[in-house]
Amino acid sequence: MPDTLTPIKTLTREQMAARLAQDIPEGWYVNLGIGAPTLVANYVSADREVIFHSENGLLGVGPAPAPDAVEPWLINAGKQYITLVQGASTFDSAESFGIIRGGHLDLAVLGGYEVAENGDLANWSTGANDAGPAVGGAMDLGAGAKQVWVLMDHTTKSGQPKLVERCSYPLTALGSVTRVYTNMAVIDVTPDGFVLRDAAPGLTFDDIQARTGATLRRG
Amino acid sequence: MINKFVPDLQTAIADVHDGAVMMLGGFGSVGMPDQLIEAVADKGVRDLTLIANNAGAAFGGMAVLLQKRAVEKVVCSYPRSANSTFFVDLYREGKIKLELVPQGTLAERIRAAAAGIPAFFTPTGAGTQLGAGKETREINGKLCVLEQALFADFALLESWEADRFGNLTYRLAGRNFNPIMAGAAKTTIVQTQHIAGPEGIAADDVMTPGIFVNRVVHIPYGDPVL
Repeated sequence: MPDTLTPIKTLTREQMAARLAQDIPEGWYVNLGIGAPTLVANYVSADREVIFHSENGLLGVGPAPAPDAVEPWLINAGKQYITLVQGASTFDSAESFGIIRGGHLDLAVLGGYEVAENGDLANWSTGANDAGPAVGGAMDLGAGAKQVWVLMDHTTKSGQPKLVERCSYPLTALGSVTRVYTNMAVIDVTPDGFVLRDAAPGLTFDDIQARTGATLRRG
Repeated sequence: MINKFVPDLQTAIADVHDGAVMMLGGFGSVGMPDQLIEAVADKGVRDLTLIANNAGAAFGGMAVLLQKRAVEKVVCSYPRSANSTFFVDLYREGKIKLELVPQGTLAERIRAAAAGIPAFFTPTGAGTQLGAGKETREINGKLCVLEQALFADFALLESWEADRFGNLTYRLAGRNFNPIMAGAAKTTIVQTQHIAGPEGIAADDVMTPGIFVNRVVHIPYGDPVL
């Protein structure tokens, strides 16, 4: 099926992150997953205060430090050096995950292998196990944040849909994803399934439906 | 007079034995009690179970323990590392056991042990491979799994500052799992960067009360290296 589709122009990772960042309201407490979701912080406009959380016990995570201004005791969950902004706080791992599991976090932005139309998320294991399994905080974020937005490509490199009726990879969390930002579209996950909220420039509903593994509804 | 300081690493870990279950503080290399762990490795004990967030260090105490094949089992959330394959190689060859636990569930199982809560229900992991085989219950419309408290024989921790009562503070991201592991083990052993002045740590500044701490050793090694 994918081979017969007309090639289309899609968003870059940076454009996807910028598109997602537009939708984060001022005052939200947000956890950005490792990888592409981390880019989102670069695109939240300076006139909007958003407070970033890191699993290892930080609220108020700021940008990476200049090379000559590294604080060696300050890393994020991706083990990169960071800074803290005004209003930041530090705490232990149980409190950090109490913030997540207790529903205090407004938003988690996560990467994804697959998202199902019922909101199920698969993002921690392909089942292949070559590098040994690892999960980190993905299941806690999936189960606990008020909103879970997934930032991922719309299809695999070979063109297979990543938005599907049911996930085939091992699940991270049940029914937790509320919205998906891809290189083709912004799609809400609703009780009625996938609803197209916004298409990338130049793409039609039919372009996106043809690359989605479940029924897409018009918003 | 109470004084929980001991003179050296060897005294601090003298009773760590073969088959011990050990909690290790730290997230990545920040707040990781590397010198205590290296002392355990030097002691030559075997068949250890390690409870920690990570298992993938390229250097430091945990890497030494793995290389010496002193570890039978690891309980952790993220054993992979971008710059090390010690754990993954042993795991692939079937030479080490792994209990993979979601990070928040790991933290809460440790906290629960310290707080005398034998088990708890949580939505994390429900309906996933990591919740498989566990007792489940639907609570307030959410599927939850029953998770058991996680106890240890020893907790090895790193603090920023300690006083003779075993009161502790931590620095920035160095707090992580350290305070919750204090009290989840029968014996809690701390290496500290700094010793508080003669008046001790001010009551309002104490992050881990000394009641949870058995021994402290002063190891001012400086800054962690990623």
